Amino acid sequence: MENLINIFVKSIFIDNMVFAYFLGMCSYLAVSKTVQTSFGLGIAVIFVLGITVPVNYLIENYLLKEGALTWLSPTFVDVDLGFLSFIMFIAVIASMVQLVEMVIEKFAPALYVSLGIFLPLIAVNCAILGGALFMQEREYTSIAEATSFALGSGIGWFLAIVGIAAIREKIRYSNVPAPLRGLGITFIITGLMGIAFMSFMGINL
Amino acid sequence: MNELFSPKNMKLLTNPINDDNPITVQVLGICSALAITVKLEPAVVMTISVMAVLAIGNVVIAALRNTIPNRIRIIVQLVVIATLVILVDQILKAFLYDVSKQLSVFVGLIITNCIIMGRFEAFAMGNKPWPAFLDGVGNSAGYGIILIIVAFFRELLGSGTIWYYPVMEKIGIYKTGYVDNGLMILPPMALIVVGIIIWVQRGRNTKLIESN
Repeated sequence: MENLINIFVKSIFIDNMVFAYFLGMCSYLAVSKTVQTSFGLGIAVIFVLGITVPVNYLIENYLLKEGALTWLSPTFVDVDLGFLSFIMFIAVIASMVQLVEMVIEKFAPALYVSLGIFLPLIAVNCAILGGALFMQEREYTSIAEATSFALGSGIGWFLAIVGIAAIREKIRYSNVPAPLRGLGITFIITGLMGIAFMSFMGINL
Repeated sequence: MNELFSPKNMKLLTNPINDDNPITVQVLGICSALAITVKLEPAVVMTISVMAVLAIGNVVIAALRNTIPNRIRIIVQLVVIATLVILVDQILKAFLYDVSKQLSVFVGLIITNCIIMGRFEAFAMGNKPWPAFLDGVGNSAGYGIILIIVAFFRELLGSGTIWYYPVMEKIGIYKTGYVDNGLMILPPMALIVVGIIIWVQRGRNTKLIESN
């Protein structure tokens, strides 16, 4: 349990998707103009990460990894399908996003209306594929660890986008040098926020 | 031959390098651009990988553009990209293992690099293979230039080297009390360097300035 909380907190603050790895920057910069829309996108990212990473974890460990197919027959011990992981992960993500969209539309129409346009966008958000690839690289040992990593990263991304959106709403009233307006100042603010987040480094629970 | 390199086609190649730069103007593909710019070598390898994927992918999509049903085009595009990225990844693992380790997940993330999907959607779906090829090379060059500028400054100021060659030590600047700026190696500085590049670019090219 302690281990799970450790992974969770670590992936929110220390290994923050945006500030430490720059994942999902495209939608982070494009959608962060108002707090309300970025809130919706943030929730959608938490949601999709929380679903796709555990599913990809199962696929990685029971299909793709070297020796992962032994549950089918002991003769498959040398089979390594690792090279297929990119195409499998992206297929899982694209189809899970589609599926989640249909389920939400059916059972939670209010949520669907508020997330609506963001859900399909998320299939090509690098944070989602990045989550799957980090899960593979860091070799989490159980599905619970993978899930707490996924939720933590999602929440970290959510915090980052809501934070920058709040700052951008205020910065509209400031006198920014003309060439820096819009994109330039957003980059620099994100950098400064990243430096602030670095102060969490070295925390060990 | 003249037709192949007509001024219109050359514009496809040169426009993305400045006026229509994928990173600083179109805001595409930033995710991978920033994380791998601590040293020059991974930045150059990444540029070449993206160029290979984007140029070949653009040609493939442009060649198939009339046979791809509109409704499932995204998944077709993803399959083309994922196949090319797997090839690039396997080649890097075979011949440049150290760099491949440094790039870690970012080779895989070329799949969701928005430049590639963006160019497929915006250009390759509506143009012939040859212009699409030029567009692919041009856009990845525009992406690569930013990457290499950022990596140059981060490596020079952060570690005092250029392509692992200890420039700062050779010119003897350490004796005067100069110290490498450790902050430049940390991830947030990549964002600030790109912000400064945008500032310089838009200062010189005033038609790119955004309204407030």
